Amino acid sequence: MVASEIRALFAVASRPEVVSLAGGMPYVTALPLDVVGELVADLINRRGSEALQYGSGQGDPALREQICEVMRMEGIDAGADDVVVTVGSQQALDLITRIFVDPGDIVLAEGPSYVGALGTFAAYQAKVVHIAMDDQGLIPESLAQTIYALHASGQRIKFLYTIPTFQNPAGVTLNLVRRRQVLEICQKAGILVVEDNPYGMLGFDGEPLRALRADDPDGVVYLGSFSKTLAPGFRVGWALAPHAIRQKLVLAMESAVLSHSTFTQLAVGQYLATQPWREQIKTFRELYRERRDALLGALEMQMPDGCTWTKPAGGFFVWMTLPEGLNSKAMLPQAVDKRVAFVPGTGFYADGSGARHMRLSYCYPQPDRIREGVRRLAGVIEEELRTVEMFGTRSRDGHSGVDTPGPDLA
Amino acid sequence: MSDLGHVLVLAGGLSYEREVSIRSGRRVAEVLRSQGVDVETRDTDSTLVPTVLSERPTVVFVTLHGGAGEDGAIRSVLELLGVPYVGAAPDACRVAFDKPTAKAVVRSWGLNTPDSVALPKETFHDLGASAVLARIVESLGLPLFVKPSRGGSALGASIVRSAEELPAAMVGCFAYGDTALIETYIEGVEVAVSVVDLGDGPVALPPVEIVPDGGAYDYAARYTAGRTEFFAPARLADEAMAACEAMAVAAHSALGLRDVSRTDLIVDGAGKPWFLEVNVAPGMTETSLLPMAAEAAGRDLGALCRGLLEIAARRG
Repeated sequence: MVASEIRALFAVASRPEVVSLAGGMPYVTALPLDVVGELVADLINRRGSEALQYGSGQGDPALREQICEVMRMEGIDAGADDVVVTVGSQQALDLITRIFVDPGDIVLAEGPSYVGALGTFAAYQAKVVHIAMDDQGLIPESLAQTIYALHASGQRIKFLYTIPTFQNPAGVTLNLVRRRQVLEICQKAGILVVEDNPYGMLGFDGEPLRALRADDPDGVVYLGSFSKTLAPGFRVGWALAPHAIRQKLVLAMESAVLSHSTFTQLAVGQYLATQPWREQIKTFRELYRERRDALLGALEMQMPDGCTWTKPAGGFFVWMTLPEGLNSKAMLPQAVDKRVAFVPGTGFYADGSGARHMRLSYCYPQPDRIREGVRRLAGVIEEELRTVEMFGTRSRDGHSGVDTPGPDLA
Repeated sequence: MSDLGHVLVLAGGLSYEREVSIRSGRRVAEVLRSQGVDVETRDTDSTLVPTVLSERPTVVFVTLHGGAGEDGAIRSVLELLGVPYVGAAPDACRVAFDKPTAKAVVRSWGLNTPDSVALPKETFHDLGASAVLARIVESLGLPLFVKPSRGGSALGASIVRSAEELPAAMVGCFAYGDTALIETYIEGVEVAVSVVDLGDGPVALPPVEIVPDGGAYDYAARYTAGRTEFFAPARLADEAMAACEAMAVAAHSALGLRDVSRTDLIVDGAGKPWFLEVNVAPGMTETSLLPMAAEAAGRDLGALCRGLLEIAARRG
């Protein structure tokens, strides 16, 4: 790993003076923390000897049943036997990659894609090939062409990694027609789909969307998480996998950590069993909807001509495209100096593209802070436009290292 | 050894070098604790002034890099609070931190420093960038080194080997500051010389030679362990070593610095050192140059830091 000046700038972004539109931390303060506290105390009092003991590698059986109930809201009909509880869905992704990928293998992913996944793929020396997206999500034609070209050149594609709903970082959602097309293309080409769905329950309009897994139980590994619907501190996520893959996942899980924390699994189980968790998700949805509206409204009012952005119907993120000639990474020092932070687009690509983009998150700051942040950011972009116009070029992009913040940045 | 009482290490701040500063502060606190000093590390935020007023630390060690830590601002506040601190006074900091001004001062004292021009962004805007840049290349020649007039850790700095590269280097530089220093780039050996004054006048520690593996001693090369090879002492002829040490001590004196400083310079093919810049709050991290120089001199970093605190405390 290389020390990175971008990463160093995020050290400043963590200070309260800075409006951070950079991080992806859920607003856990909206939880009834006193209730959670009582629940945990009660858990230890009643079932302490079980909660503090080793558990099974696959995860607590009762929690796996509850997870199936949660997934039913997205049209998934699955048995607890095919669920593996993991340390956040991030670990599920790590295990899947470990099982499937040999160095040099291809993983297909949306361009842009989730930085944590790109990091995992890089760790196992997978080669990521990005598939183009538009405001309706992954473009099926682009997926089909890429698969064809890769197969024609004899390359081995291991799976398609996709976040179809309220994508991180793009904020877009794969429409229903394309969902069918993507599944068909992958089925035909014999390519496994890894569906990462941490934000699926956080839609702002109507019922949760039907998951890809709901229509293809044999071709899709589904990754879910309580990090956004409850709290990331529990580190409870899961994988729902076809039978053969599930067996390998359990073995990989045992070799990695023996078993997940029984304590946090039982705590999550207790929460689901005793608390109105659907109501709590509604509370989160309302809160994030208000913040999204604040961000979109402020962007509309403040951003200079030539900037465009996505309009998410759920989740945490807006993806902004800057006028031609601007480099978001080069703007971050000025932004931090003006006390606002974002994540430069380059962090969300494995191939160095994305310089004209930035990810803006609205999950953590209050609406008035979001508006203030956008005001500051607009000033920075206008000044950079002036500088680039003055010198007739953008800055050289010679920086190395990690371009995205750690998970604990607000 | 005198009892130092309660010592405050200031680290963090809101400059681009916040992360480096936090690491420097941690290291200084650690080595001071090993000397039996009662140390507390603090960030600079709205709680600082009330804390200093209520706790009344005996002396403050400033490991803030860039911005308010080195431009004299925090030190001015410490003066207002009547708390002694290690390092240069605010006025000297202001001169040293502004690279063009520091270069002018050391040049007036007869020290070599590369020819340069410092220009604010507004000048390019008002007079037209291309005309001004063309004149710079014509006058200073190539290659050039472009860096922000203030700040450190090579942020926003780059080497320009052709005229076509200059506009992009300017944009990169202005990302980190509003005034650019454009100087003739001297090919040679990069050397850093730390200077300490424990009461008997400024003394140079052994010069440290910097050999980045990728060619450029940029941010990543500075703070990634193993990315840069250091030689302490530098592999220079005795005469060049002496010239580097003399230059660092002269710069320290010329700029009116006190206690501690680090001068960065380049030794050209003829063995002649050129002054580049000076730091009034040198980095103290595991990969920083002053700790390396101290080790090469057989000096314990903890004892050195303790000595600096004692001098500052005596000064009051």
